[in-house]
Amino acid sequence: MNLEIPVKFVPIIHQAQQVAREVFRPISRKYDRAEHAYPKELDLFASIMDGMNDGAADGGAGAGRLARSGGHGEAGNRNGTNMKTVLGLTELCWGDVGLALSIPRQGLGNSAIAAVANEDQLKRFGNTWAAMAITEPGAGSDSAAIQTTATQDGGDYIINGEKIYVTAGERADAVVVWATLDKSRGRAAIKSFVVEKGTPGMSVERLEKKLGIRSSDTAAIRFENCRVPGENLLGDPEISVDKGFAGAMQTFDNTRPVVAGMAIGVARAALERTREILTSSGLSLDYQQQTWSLPAAARELQLLEAELEAARLLTLRAAWMADNGQPNSREASMAKAKAGRVGSQVTLRCAELCGSLGYGETELLEKWARDSKILDIFEGTQQIQLLIIARRLLDKSSSELK
Amino acid sequence: MTRDPIGLALSIMNRISGNPLLDRFGLRTPLEKSAYHGTRAGFRTIALAGREFNRVRNWLPQTRLPARKQSDLFDLTLDDDQQMVTDSLRRLARDVLRPAAAEADETGRIPDHVFLATSELGLPMYAVPAEFGGVAEQQSPVTSVLIAEQLAWGDMGLALAMLAPFSVAQAISRWGTGEQQSRYLPAFCEENPPLASIALDEPAALFDPMKLATTAIATEQGYRLTGEKAQVVLGGQCDLLLVAAALDGKPRLFIVETAGKQLQIADDAGMGLRATGAARIRFENMELPADALLGGDDFHYPAFIDQGALMRCGLAIGTSQAVLDYVIPYCNDRQAFGEPISHRQSVAFMISNLAIETDSMRLLTWRAASRAETGLDFHREACLARLLCNEKSMEVGSNGVQLLGGHGFVKEHPVERWYRDLRSVATHHGGVHA
Repeated sequence: MNLEIPVKFVPIIHQAQQVAREVFRPISRKYDRAEHAYPKELDLFASIMDGMNDGAADGGAGAGRLARSGGHGEAGNRNGTNMKTVLGLTELCWGDVGLALSIPRQGLGNSAIAAVANEDQLKRFGNTWAAMAITEPGAGSDSAAIQTTATQDGGDYIINGEKIYVTAGERADAVVVWATLDKSRGRAAIKSFVVEKGTPGMSVERLEKKLGIRSSDTAAIRFENCRVPGENLLGDPEISVDKGFAGAMQTFDNTRPVVAGMAIGVARAALERTREILTSSGLSLDYQQQTWSLPAAARELQLLEAELEAARLLTLRAAWMADNGQPNSREASMAKAKAGRVGSQVTLRCAELCGSLGYGETELLEKWARDSKILDIFEGTQQIQLLIIARRLLDKSSSELK
Repeated sequence: MTRDPIGLALSIMNRISGNPLLDRFGLRTPLEKSAYHGTRAGFRTIALAGREFNRVRNWLPQTRLPARKQSDLFDLTLDDDQQMVTDSLRRLARDVLRPAAAEADETGRIPDHVFLATSELGLPMYAVPAEFGGVAEQQSPVTSVLIAEQLAWGDMGLALAMLAPFSVAQAISRWGTGEQQSRYLPAFCEENPPLASIALDEPAALFDPMKLATTAIATEQGYRLTGEKAQVVLGGQCDLLLVAAALDGKPRLFIVETAGKQLQIADDAGMGLRATGAARIRFENMELPADALLGGDDFHYPAFIDQGALMRCGLAIGTSQAVLDYVIPYCNDRQAFGEPISHRQSVAFMISNLAIETDSMRLLTWRAASRAETGLDFHREACLARLLCNEKSMEVGSNGVQLLGGHGFVKEHPVERWYRDLRSVATHHGGVHA
């Protein structure tokens, strides 16, 4: 048993920390204010990230590498891409969550492509920055209820519908769109399609103004008789019993620990800064077994740190299981649920503990308290995670435990 | 506060109801009487017929178990030994402890067959280095935590009683001088190991184990011990006590052999953990020999406290897991409004959270223990684990009862006992050492 970060990941953590500290933090406030402006500083960083991925002998890190690493290869304990990606994203989000979401070629769509694409598609889209378009005005957590349609026309598909909350939807080179081949066939008929930017019939309607992660563009995209070639359908084109949809949902088992890691990053940023501020105002912050005699703020910080540490270890566990090919749906959701709520709890409390300093824009604490909220919502809300966990624990189907 | 007429009337009524005349006319049930006397018994001076520990002439040099080598990779799998210990203790917990728990709670003592089954296990041997007859080859706080976890899944009170001698053996292995190790440790590897316990907690609100009211003063012959200890596991039966006391303002541990000493002991039964036979022990100028001071220069009291915290966390995790494992089938079976109550999100989500927080406690504790085992600093991790367990395990206990509703409140189900036991996680510091 060992719950420490392996030495081999120290360089990538260090590298990501440098990016967070030297690239993200200095422009963090700028792009929070200038919502929807493109952070051009990131282009340079993207090529560094590409270099890291291509050069890495053990499969690299990043959204496009998830899920491919686990379960095969040599026997024995593995610490691989899933853990590495979690660790990297944690550091980057210590810098800025919105900017981390804006790194080219690290979109959620890339994870979806990595999870279900065939070899040919991997070759074609492997270098594409792909956003993910699932949510619709009438379908959020209930992704089986989507209304967007894909109609076969010769060798092509014609896509019609409206997608919202597409992270990096404007900046990405392509969008992975979920659409149904036949509304009457339920979730089995839901397929994902890669729609490249500039395809006629696809248009970005607007960019959302948001509570947080303002440096990340969140797009509403309309598809009107948008024709995509049949080779852009990811996975199996047949309407098979639930298999395709389940496969697509499994993408989340791999991406949820990464989002959990993001929450841990921003929460750690808030906690560290709050410790600095409180220490400089004369509060002693030693760790104690008996915490009831401590000042209330000191006890609260120790508790927040414990909660954060719990979220971090749950997340590492889920990633470790994925790296070792173990089914981790329950554990991934546990990590996401814990980290999502702890992220909000920690950042909000830190803003509170620092008073007007925490609330004002001279510090980043108020921003972190806004940024963290999305992490308890996207990739499955807190409530969806609890539902998944409960169904697994209680051995219930989605029709029994609704 | 001044007494108003109603208060006065209540006070008079109360005095009448406490009147012995009620007893003479047989108006009070026997059970009520025993409860009355049980709480009023107070301190009695007892001469324990504890076992003797002879000074060893050719004692072995002080032994310190090596730290385990840290592996390179993150790994949550148990090694073969850990798995074996876990499996065999899980069986004991399921087959022996759990069935005996209700009776042990009711009677406040460990049933004989439990005592026998656990003695056969030779638990303290795992704490003692091979030189002194045990089987320990390296420091193993992780194994200790796993042991606590499994036993407390069966019953936390019985677990504490079993772990008290184990913990004393651990403390002497970890901190004792060569002479102390040679004198005491072999006894823990015999067929009938001594009953031993760590006396740390004191009867004070906001008790901080770093600030002890119990004191030891250096004398010409040794030390003079004064103070009062609360909630001492197996307190009235121990052959050996490790008593925490401040020496020149610094907390230390003192080995007290109870044989031949007059000890002032009072029953100190609590809300739960009733199988432990908890006692108050009062020391009034008790003279101790010079070699009663545990360990030498390498004794580190904060680390001793942290080792205790690890074990307390292990107990908290085990009982929390017991709650989780119990409420799942219950909520699947229990019908309301025409379907199992587990089909309701308000119920199901509580269970999800029980699982999340139980695993949170477990991973935090495992990390602290694993750091301790490989010789890394673990003070921060032990403090974080302990605080999380203080908060979450009580939440688990409370929600466990809540999920069973009225059935959770009655003794037909064990969750009310777990609720009482889990309250102790945050209130107790003594008795255990990983």
